[in-house]
This record gives sequence, structure tokens and C-alpha cells, in this order.
Amino acid sequence: MNAIGWLNLRSLNQEGIVFAIAVVLFVAAAIGLPGFIDPNNLVAIVRSVSVLGILALGMAVVIIGRGIDLSAVAIMAMSVAWYLQLLNTGTSDGLAFAYVVAGVLAIGLLNGFLVAYADVPAIFVTLATGSFVFGYVRSQLITQDAVPVPQGHWVELLGGLRFLDIPIEVFVFAGLAFLFFLFLRYTKWGRYIYFAGDNPVAARNIGIPVRPMLVLRYVLSAFVALIAGLLTASSLHSINTRVVNSTLLYDIVLVAVIGGIGLSGGRGGVRNVLVGAALIGILLNAMTIIDIPLLYQNLIKAAILLGAIIVDGIINPRDEQTAQQGDI
Amino acid sequence: MSFRERLQSWRYNLVPDHLVGEILTKRWTDNAIPFLALVVTLASFGSIIPGFFKLNALQESTRQLGEFSMVVTGMTVVMLGGGIDLSVGSIFALSCFSAVYVFFILEQSIWLAMAASLATGLIFGAINGYLVGYLRLRAFLTTLVTFIFGRALFDILVTTYAADVQLSTATSDVLDFIGDSTFWGLSVSVWLAIILAIVTHIALTRSRPGWHVLAVGGSRRSAHNAGIRVRRTVFMTYVFSGFCSSIGGFLIACRLSGAGPGTGLNLEIMALTAAVVGGVSLGGGRGSVIKGLMGAIIVLTMTNGLIRLGYGTGTNQMVLGIMLAAAVTIDIRWLKNRHKVLNEVYVAPVYLKMGETQSAVPGSGTPYELDNRLSAADHIGLGELEGPEDVILDRDDHLYCGTRHGEIVRFFAPDYVKSEVFAHIGGFPLGLAFDKTGNLISCVGAMGLYSVSPQREVKRLTAETARSWTSIVDDARLRDPNDCDIAPDGRIYFTDSTKRYDAHDWALDSIENRATGRLLVYDPRDGSTKTLLDGYRYTNGVCMAHDGKSLFFAESWACRVHRYWLEGPKAGTAECVIRDMPGYPDNINRASDGNYWMAWLGMRTPSFDLSLRHPDMRKRMTRRLPQDEWLFPNINTGGVVKFTEKGGIVEALGDLSGDAHPMVTSMREHRGYLFVGGILNNRVGRYKISGADPNWTSPASYWGAKP
Repeated sequence: MNAIGWLNLRSLNQEGIVFAIAVVLFVAAAIGLPGFIDPNNLVAIVRSVSVLGILALGMAVVIIGRGIDLSAVAIMAMSVAWYLQLLNTGTSDGLAFAYVVAGVLAIGLLNGFLVAYADVPAIFVTLATGSFVFGYVRSQLITQDAVPVPQGHWVELLGGLRFLDIPIEVFVFAGLAFLFFLFLRYTKWGRYIYFAGDNPVAARNIGIPVRPMLVLRYVLSAFVALIAGLLTASSLHSINTRVVNSTLLYDIVLVAVIGGIGLSGGRGGVRNVLVGAALIGILLNAMTIIDIPLLYQNLIKAAILLGAIIVDGIINPRDEQTAQQGDI
Repeated sequence: MSFRERLQSWRYNLVPDHLVGEILTKRWTDNAIPFLALVVTLASFGSIIPGFFKLNALQESTRQLGEFSMVVTGMTVVMLGGGIDLSVGSIFALSCFSAVYVFFILEQSIWLAMAASLATGLIFGAINGYLVGYLRLRAFLTTLVTFIFGRALFDILVTTYAADVQLSTATSDVLDFIGDSTFWGLSVSVWLAIILAIVTHIALTRSRPGWHVLAVGGSRRSAHNAGIRVRRTVFMTYVFSGFCSSIGGFLIACRLSGAGPGTGLNLEIMALTAAVVGGVSLGGGRGSVIKGLMGAIIVLTMTNGLIRLGYGTGTNQMVLGIMLAAAVTIDIRWLKNRHKVLNEVYVAPVYLKMGETQSAVPGSGTPYELDNRLSAADHIGLGELEGPEDVILDRDDHLYCGTRHGEIVRFFAPDYVKSEVFAHIGGFPLGLAFDKTGNLISCVGAMGLYSVSPQREVKRLTAETARSWTSIVDDARLRDPNDCDIAPDGRIYFTDSTKRYDAHDWALDSIENRATGRLLVYDPRDGSTKTLLDGYRYTNGVCMAHDGKSLFFAESWACRVHRYWLEGPKAGTAECVIRDMPGYPDNINRASDGNYWMAWLGMRTPSFDLSLRHPDMRKRMTRRLPQDEWLFPNINTGGVVKFTEKGGIVEALGDLSGDAHPMVTSMREHRGYLFVGGILNNRVGRYKISGADPNWTSPASYWGAKP
């Protein structure tokens, strides 16, 4: 009985369930919540999940390769904050951008190097670099928590761009999602990520450059974070570095995990990110319309994430014989 | 000696390279780095910040340290069990709030507040433990999520009740005492932290649940297979961590008389950094409470020091990030490479110029000249035996020898075809000797000196001697007890060949050539073991002289035989009786004609002798070449040599074919025959000695005719 129960559960597709839940939620919200089905609100939903979705794309690539990037939000906020600070203090745009790109590249490389070549667990590396990036930029490079976008700068103009009444970040999200889809599905290196995530030792034995690929993933994730940061700054006309201490990071993990990207690596794809983002977007929007305070929203999101991780643990169980030592 | 060689001998014989390797074998080197970091941190902040060590400032920071170190202790235990607990900050904050709520809003007694606080921690810990231990979720992510959950809950509660707490008029002397007073100069939180640390340390190192935690952390799979309840153990570590954090939370509630949005903020990354900086390994099994505490002091000193130096927002996170990344990287690289480094640096060869020797080549006309007589020896137990290092015969003519499998095998007289396992010891029995009452005394490689009674009861006589004051590796332990013999008064004289290598690594000792061999004596009357002589290059065979007033012992790598006086004017001193032999001597035994038999385990070669004068070359060799390409002493040819009490060589027997007895480690004369053993051989040889006394036996020679 029990065995059959497990079997059924395993044969269920998490992506499918989540999609179904998202649809049900959407229908329920459309019927129950006034103003939910309004086109403006729908655009707002898509817009609100765009940045989240972009970050989740970077996270997804890292997770598929059996890693995690806890420094994504710190990189997102701090790189843009530094960029804007440089602009505000009169550095030329090109130079400032070059600095920031170099900085983002350096952090991505550092993450990748420590994970790939020093064999430090990704979770600790990125926790430490996230803390370092925030601390270093906040204490050494910028002067206050929020940095505004200079008047008339392209980042500000970016925020105002509309196409068919849809804000530009939605298109960026869609474009990036399509690119990641092509990368993961149709390029050699994209397929390598799955091999390395599924079984790193075997991947290495058959000659895949597992370590350089690891570095590439963290660099990729760092640049995705930079793009997300620029979009955030463009829509808000400033960047608030306090976002690093918020639960945004866990929302990203939530989107990836709830969409069905297994934390043990090797599974999932762009579609899972889209499904996860849809569910979280509808959920957040609905909670905002019902007027649940932010603090309670955090509580609910944490509960959902916990549930998602428990389900993930049941679907992809680990046991004493196969669990790897030190795999925490 | 050329100038180059003199330099080499100074460089390699006077500089104690071997100490580096010996220090690295010590577990406490793991503690050395965090301890150094601690000293450096305290010293640098103490000198930069004026009044850092002033009592007032210390009082406040130690209170904080007390709370923090409790959280770190909990984190340490979880990490030792192979997990991680990121929710400590939330537990800390929620426990603090529980205490505040019960005391200030419900206006209950402080003890009830404490109970509420502890209950909060235990429940939260149990949830973590259930998820990670029983559901086996990933510790890091799971506790990260419970951390967000707890933090969200705390933020809601604190914003809801902050005003009520402010308005409350509840007071308590106990609360003030815990929060503000000191007891024998230390605050309550420090006392509690010390007590908790001591109790936890004892529990971890000296109790069954503590061992289970370390076992699970060390190897989860092995612990599971050994029958330890892994899930429950993991569960308990999280409950313990929750408990520790809740005490911390209760203490801060007493100290601040309230809870604020900042309570327990960033505590998880601080506690994690502290544990890792202190040297508690990720992935479990390695670390201690003391390490955690060292880390706690380092982290708290750093963060507090930076605040007091006036660095702005974010500096703390920056420093924590750097410390965490550095500590984790060092920890992982160190764990991974320590044994590699150890292997590389442990072998530290010394310089030795071997003396000119006479040839042993057949037909060279020297007394050492080998012939082919041993190749004609009969074989006993061919193919059944593996590694009869020593052979001995008892009064009833039965033959005994040790084997690689840790047994002493007995072959029955008169034809030595039938055999049985006489006794199972477990280690490799090397030297053998019969005492007066017929007990078989054996030096067991890497184990010690053992006695087997005629009724086959195995008893350990000794496994250690007094430790020398200057030793770094534990030289009290007998690493390579090699051969023994018994004086007329019953005292057992035996050799321990090397202090630096285990018995099976004897080849490494020959390459290093450091003089660490010893001669020891075990006194059965009071069970004591004493070191008589030290500093020989692989002491090997021991044989009591016929009159029982002195003994001979072999020094293998120097190709010498010494005589040690038990009585007479030279009692307690040794003199060299044979030097610069062409072969490496092994066991020595009595011969029927008043002389002595000595086994040669191998022959000197010009190439190896030359390499002994080039320690740098041997060092490079052990570091850069795989072991099967090293230059070793030649053990493809050995032999048996008879020498007189004065050290004169009577004759030498060899096996030039190399088929039957290439390497000889022992021989024993018995009723006109010579029984020959070799540690790498698969047989015992029996060779008829022409002209030997057909009635002479070794037991009778030692202990008189049959009673």
C-alpha cells in the first residue's frame, strides 16, 4: 500500500502539479478577487515576476549543475549600487560600467574557483561571498543604503520603455528565458551541465571539463544578477541595498525548487522556472490584493518553501547508503 | 670525507627534519591554526583599541560572549554530527521573545519565563531535527527555511507586542541578577557558558551519545551499518542546538529586558563562521567544543572590535564573509591534503657512511664467503606457511613459527608434516623464545611482547615503556618489537627496531636510516619495562650468551653486532663485537659448539651504500618516485653466519640459487639440524649440520636437561 503510494507520488510530475495549482489559483483569484483579472493587474503580475524570474534563471543553471548561488541577490543589488554611485560621483558611463562588469566577473570567478578548484561546498562559498560583497560595497564603495539613478540616464529611460503597453523587463525576461532554453537544450555545453549535475565524477571521467564549466555557471549567474539589478533600478529609479537582507534570495530558490528543479542536480529546465515564477507571481499578487501584511507574506512564503523542500526530499529521497559524506 | 659530504652530514644529521613530520602526525596541530588566529586577533585588537582589556568593557563583551558561545556550542554539536543549523538566530530571537512575553506581558515568574524560553528552543530544535534527521532533508536549506520562518514569526510578534513590553512594570531581582550582576567576578552568562561547554565536552568525549554523534558525523554510512540510530542521533543534535540557543535567548532577554528587531540578527552566519574558524570541520566528525569557543572569541572580538574602531555599516558582513570563506577553504584543503603533506615530509633520511667491508662473493676467500649449502635444505610446510620470521623448537622437538596471518603454527615431530594453529595472536609474531616453565614468549609486530602458555593462553606482557622526555611521536608505544631472549633470572630482553615506523614499514626505516632502535628489558617479577639502550639503526636479533652474563644484539642497517653486558665490570654497557659486515644481520641464536648463529636478511650493495651518503637523493626519491621504483636494501640474497663470542667469523651458509632461502631472518639449531625461517618465505628449511652435536637442544642449553 505504502509502496504503491510512493510509486504514484514519484510518477507524478512536479511541474505538472505546480502548473495545475497555478491555474487553479489563477481561476480562483480571477473569480474571488476584484481587479485581479484586470489587464493592468496581469501586466503587473508578469512584471513583478520578471526580475524574480531572471534571477531564477541564473539560479536554475547553477542548481541543475548541482550547486547553489546564495550570493545572487548581493551581486544584483551591490553591483548596480556601485555602478550608480560611480555615475553619481562623476565617473564616465563607459568606465563605470567597465568597473562593474569587471567586479561582477571577479566575484563570479571567485565563486567558481572556490567551488571548482578548492572543492569548497557551493553553499558556503556563496554565503561567504554574498556577505563579503554586501559588506565590502556597503562599507567601502557606497555611502547610503539606497542609491538613486542619475537624471536622464539610460537606466532610467529603460524603465519607461513600453512595447504594446508591456514594460521592457517582461521582454528581457522572455528573451533571456528563450536564450537559456536554447543554451540548455541545444548546445553541447548546456547538455554538459546536466551531465555534471547528475553525476560529476562520471562526467569528469568521460572527459567533460567539469571544473571550467562550474566556473562558467557561477560567472553566468553573476551576470544574470547584474541584468536583474539594472532592470530593478530602471523600474524603481534607484536601488535599495537593503534588499540583500530581505527574503528575495529565498524567493529565487523557491521559484526554482517549486518549479521542479531538483536540488540534487541534473534535472529541470527553463520551463520549470516559468511555471514556478507563474505560481509565485500569482500568489504574491493575490496576497497583496487581499492585503496581507508583508511580514505575514514572508511567513506564508517560508511555509510554502518548506513544503516544497519536504516534497523535494520525498520525491528525490536520500538514504544512508547513497548519501554523500559532507553533503549538507 | 669530502667537503660536500661533510656539509651533507651536517645538514641531514643535525637539522631535525623528522620533527616536522612527527608534529604533523599530532591531532593537536588541527588546533594550532585557530589558536594562533585567536592570539593574533586578541593581540592586535588589544593593542589597537585603548582600554580593550579594561574590566568594564570586558564585562559587557564577556556577557555577549557567554550568550554567543552557547549558540556556537550548539552549532558545534550539530556540525560534529554532520549537519548544520542556520536557524540558531531565529531560535535565539524567539526564545528571547518567549521569555519577554511570559515575564513582561503575562507577568509570570522569571522561572516560568525561563521554562517558556527553553520550551521554545526545544520545540524549534525538534522541528529542525525531525525534518533533517527523520525526513533526511538537506540540513543547510531546511534550516535556512526554518530560519526565515522563525524570523518572520519573530518580526510579527515583536512588532505586535513591542509597545506592551515597554509599558510593563514587571521586575524581578533574579532577572536583574542574571542580566547585570556578577558572581565571583564573572557574569551569569559566562558561568553558564563555561558549565555548558564543560558538560558538552565531557558528553562528547566520554559518553555513548556523544560518541554516537561523532561517529555519525565521521561516517554516516558506517555508523548506520554499525547499528547506531543515525536518525535519532541527528535529531538529538538539533534539539540540543535549539536548547543551547534558547538559553542564549533567555540570557539576552534578562540582559536587555526586552526584545527588538535586531535580536539575533546575523547570528547564524556569525555562529557558523565561529565554528568553522575555530576548526570544526564541515561535514562532521572533526572538532571540539573548545575549538568552537576559540572561534566564538575570535569572531566576537573581530566584530566588536570593528564596531568600536568606528567602521561603518557592512564592515562586519565583509569581515565575516572573508573569514568564513578563508576558514572553510583552509579547513577543506587541510583535511584533504594533510596526509599527503605528511607522506611527503615524514621520511627524513640521514647521512651515513658505511665502513669498508669484506666480500661475501663465493670464491673470494674471505670468512664471509657464501656457498650454496642452504639450497639443499629440506622444506617444512612448503606453501602452507606465509612469513615464518622466527622458528623455535620445544623440548619434545615440535617446531613453532609465526605467520603473517597472526598465528603461531606448530609442526609435530618427528617428520614435521602435520601442523596445527598453536595460538592466534592477531599481530605478526616475530621473535620467539621459551622461558623456564615452557611459556612461548613472542615479540608481536606493532603490538608488543606476548606470552603463550603450554595451555595456549595468550597473555600480553608489555606494550609500552617509559616515554622519553624529548620525544614527539609517542615512543612509549612499542612499534616494532622484533626479537627477544630470556636471561637465566627470567628477565626478557627484547628489541624495538624503530620508533618512527610501524613494523610493516621497515623498508622506509632502512631508507631513512635514522638511529631509533632500542634494547629493552621486561621484568616478569614486577611487570616493569625499561629501556636499556637507544639510538641504534634498527635493532634486531637478541641472543643470550652461553654463560648468561651478556647478550648479543644485531643492528641491522649498520651491519653490526653488539654485546651488552648484564654482569661483571662492564655491566650495563654495550660494545661492538662485529662491524662492517657485508650483510644485514637479523636474529641471533646459540649454536651447539659454543658459538652463535646469525641470520642475514639481505646483502649490502654498493649502490645502496652510496645512496646512504646522499640523503638528499633518498629524500627526492621518496617524494617523487612511486614506491616500487625506490632503491631498497637488497633482500634477494641472505644467509646464515656462525660467529664466536669474540666476534670472529667461523663460516657462512647461503643459497645462491635464491629459490629456497633468499632472505633469511632466523635459524635455530636443534639435534644436529638447522631450522631456517624467512619473513617473506613460504617454508621453513631444515639443514643437516655436519659435525654438530646430535643431542644439543636450545631449551636444554638455556634451562638445563628435562626436569
